[in-house]
Amino acid sequence: MTAVAPTAEPGADPVPAALLQVESLGKSFPGVRALDDVDLDVSAGEVHVLLGENGAGKSTLIKILAGVQKATTGRVLVDGRDVEFDTPRQAKALGISTIFQEFSLVPTLTVAENLFLGHLPGTRGLVARHRLPALAREALARVEADIPPGAVVATLPRSAQQLVEIAKGLLGEARLLILDEPTASLGNRESQHLIELVRALAGQGLGIIYITHRLQEIPKVADRVTVLRDGRRIATLPVREAAEGRLVELMTGRSVEDLYPTRQCTPGPARLTVDGLTGPELRDVSIAVHAGEIVGIAGLLGSGKSAVGRSCFGLDPMRTGHVTVSGTPFPRPSPSGALRRGLVYYPSDRRRQGLALNQSLTANITLGSLSAAGAVRWGALNRRQERRVADEYVGRLSVRPSDPGRRTELFSGGNQQKALLARGLIRDAAVHVFDEPTVGIDIGAKADIYQLMADLAEAGKAVLLISSDLAEVLGMADRVYVMHEGQVVAHLIGEEITESAVLTHFFGTSETSTPLPGGASA
Amino acid sequence: MTSLRSTTTSATPVAPTMTPAARGPARPLRSRVLGAVLKNGLLPLLLLAMVTVFAILEPRFLSVDNLTNVGRQSVYLLLITLAQMVLLLCAQLDLSVGATVALTSVVTAMVMSEASGPTPVVILLGVLAGIGIGVLMGLLNAFLVAQLKVPSFMATLGSTSIATGAALMLSKGAPVIGLPLPFLDVFGTGSWLGVPVPVAIAVLFTLVLYGVLYWTSFGRSLFAVGGNQHAAAVAGIRVKAVLVSAFVLCSVLTAIAGVLLTARVASGEATLGSSYVLLSIAAAVLGGTSLFGGEGRLGMVVLGVLFIGILSNGMNLVHVSSYVQQLVIGAVLVLAVAVDRVKATTQ
Ligand SMILES: Nc1ncnc2c1ncn2[C@@H]1O[C@H](COP(=O)(O)OP(=O)(O)OP(=O)(O)O)[C@@H](O)[C@H]1O
Ligand SMILES: [Mg+2]
Repeated sequence: MTAVAPTAEPGADPVPAALLQVESLGKSFPGVRALDDVDLDVSAGEVHVLLGENGAGKSTLIKILAGVQKATTGRVLVDGRDVEFDTPRQAKALGISTIFQEFSLVPTLTVAENLFLGHLPGTRGLVARHRLPALAREALARVEADIPPGAVVATLPRSAQQLVEIAKGLLGEARLLILDEPTASLGNRESQHLIELVRALAGQGLGIIYITHRLQEIPKVADRVTVLRDGRRIATLPVREAAEGRLVELMTGRSVEDLYPTRQCTPGPARLTVDGLTGPELRDVSIAVHAGEIVGIAGLLGSGKSAVGRSCFGLDPMRTGHVTVSGTPFPRPSPSGALRRGLVYYPSDRRRQGLALNQSLTANITLGSLSAAGAVRWGALNRRQERRVADEYVGRLSVRPSDPGRRTELFSGGNQQKALLARGLIRDAAVHVFDEPTVGIDIGAKADIYQLMADLAEAGKAVLLISSDLAEVLGMADRVYVMHEGQVVAHLIGEEITESAVLTHFFGTSETSTPLPGGASA
Repeated sequence: MTSLRSTTTSATPVAPTMTPAARGPARPLRSRVLGAVLKNGLLPLLLLAMVTVFAILEPRFLSVDNLTNVGRQSVYLLLITLAQMVLLLCAQLDLSVGATVALTSVVTAMVMSEASGPTPVVILLGVLAGIGIGVLMGLLNAFLVAQLKVPSFMATLGSTSIATGAALMLSKGAPVIGLPLPFLDVFGTGSWLGVPVPVAIAVLFTLVLYGVLYWTSFGRSLFAVGGNQHAAAVAGIRVKAVLVSAFVLCSVLTAIAGVLLTARVASGEATLGSSYVLLSIAAAVLGGTSLFGGEGRLGMVVLGVLFIGILSNGMNLVHVSSYVQQLVIGAVLVLAVAVDRVKATTQ
């Protein structure tokens, strides 16, 4: 196929050269119809955004295109020709390259080794190691990433890992690049960079399928948007017709008016205080969260904001400093000690620190919270009560499908996240520390979670919201600490909390420097 | 339902299916059988097939006597497999079960043959000493794994050597004899209401373990630690305590098997039990227990034990040589794991 004139600008009319066509695709799992008669087409040079609530079937669709899962019905055409494939290798040979929602690099290998894993350069089983760095640098240059090829992947920040995944995806003859929530765990600046990269790649003639829950990205990245709901295609729109409100309505079937609930903040006594905390990633951090308050911590990736939450919960070592929970000192933090004192922490890395994926959703919801759920007495389990509580939270957080007896790994990413939230909410704790609570969560559920946080604060709980999503911090927090390189560089209250004020401090400018006039906001 | 189509899609008629074989219109029986196999694995079917084959080849196979025999022979493996399962559930492994049996046997026999006093007291002392060995072995393994972070594979390989050495040292390599007769008569060959005593004991412990695994919060913690140790810790589970309990539970169940086996062979032997290491892992995995933790069903594990018990009993009856038997059991194990993997990837 000949290259088509690239459309580098979002919103330009799509070129009618269907690189990929999907016709009435269907996929059933036992008890779930994940995809139902879905059509989709992607042209070369186009960025096509897939939108839908958690569990709508987005990941399932792209897993089929990636050859990881088989469709139950329907067909796939590449360049107008019917193709059959059911292994990732075959998909790759057709030029379809996929970057999955869940991390897929080998963390203990270097960047270069990861890039060429499976097809290391060399002959007859011998690896030509000396050629790796140069080849890797070439591949990384395509994504404009300045990452040393010899670095071990685990030591890189998430944004760099994401770029490595994309560089890996672009190796070979990639013509269609599929990105499943690539910006979910990136900060604003990193996301911006990634979106620019995606546009540039589209400009080079690649077709791109881009999945996201961040609606504000759509005008910047998309040419067209397809909305899925409950496995069905609801609509496909050019980006100029895809106003945020319209999309939300198509996705959820309702309109979400106020994402962030309005609330009166009447702070009570301090519930969580951190004093002079110093650790591997932190220097002399002091913060306080009062009853009835929502306090945000903002900062770039690597600013240490997550380390604050982890340290209070005993997951990160602390060298010096004091943590106080509800007025009593908490000398050597540990998870079980924290929970006993009424401090709940919601980890951001749900696969590693959050969930036992091969257990039922019920077991994950009540993990460590069995007695809080009233489902255990003298060590004996009351399984009916356990199930009742699980059902209750599945309903309140609208987990789909609403059957918590299923294995957790069978739920979509966003729904897994909800199980994690449910676990903490069961405990009637005084302090709730959320670390990136809405990563991968759809807009309807986001609204629900914000409402839940507001309710917690209303009920006199102290809420600490650690987030890379600036809009979320601005919308929810009564006070904001801004962190940079392990230190608190600003403390903003009430009216002072504006986007430009927070952004000014993101890059470490201290309180004394005057904020940039006007145009600091993105 | 009609969907809003705001862009043009090609008007090609809906083609048949991409994967015609994946789903036929009406195959209820086939899909039901397939569903049952996917849910429970091949084991129940294999077990049924095997019983049928042996029953046809050798009519004596289904006699009450022979079936009682199968029960008698299988209880030791059952107890040790349950022990192994507890550890597999929390993503650990115990290679020292055989050595635990040996050391238990020697210590129990020595205590019983050397203690003086009323027979019931002597027996009780011996049994308690055996169980004590179980506790010690469990604590040793747990210390190595939970405290020193030695992988359980290495830790229990080491403790195997330690326990075997101790058993040989204590017994000076010779069988320990002079066990009280009532001990042999009751725990070795006795029956109670027609049920062999060891069988009754094994059934009792199976039921207890069932309760522990599925109806206590400890059971939940066990599965959670095996499913994801990090996540369990973050959720407030005291992972170390769970691991210690699991190791102790495992070794105590094994020690009980060791005591019963001692009564059965009527002497304390430092060579007893080594075959149970492989067999217990085999039976547990046959029963669908995952080697990676967090997955396994007690009922299926019991079937796994029965499968191995019946297989060796049947092969004995039809005069298959013990060399061939070993080969068959190895093949079955590898096959079982392979089927399990296939099952996992098709889900
Ligand atoms: N292997 C599986 N077995 C059974 N059900 C599955 C399986 N994989 C996915 N599902 C179900 O299919 C539906 C679609 O899931 P999918 O992962 O495609 O959602 P998604 O749109 O990507 O959601 P999210 O935004 O949360 O990532 C969900 O209801 C999910 O529970
Ligand atoms: Mg998804």
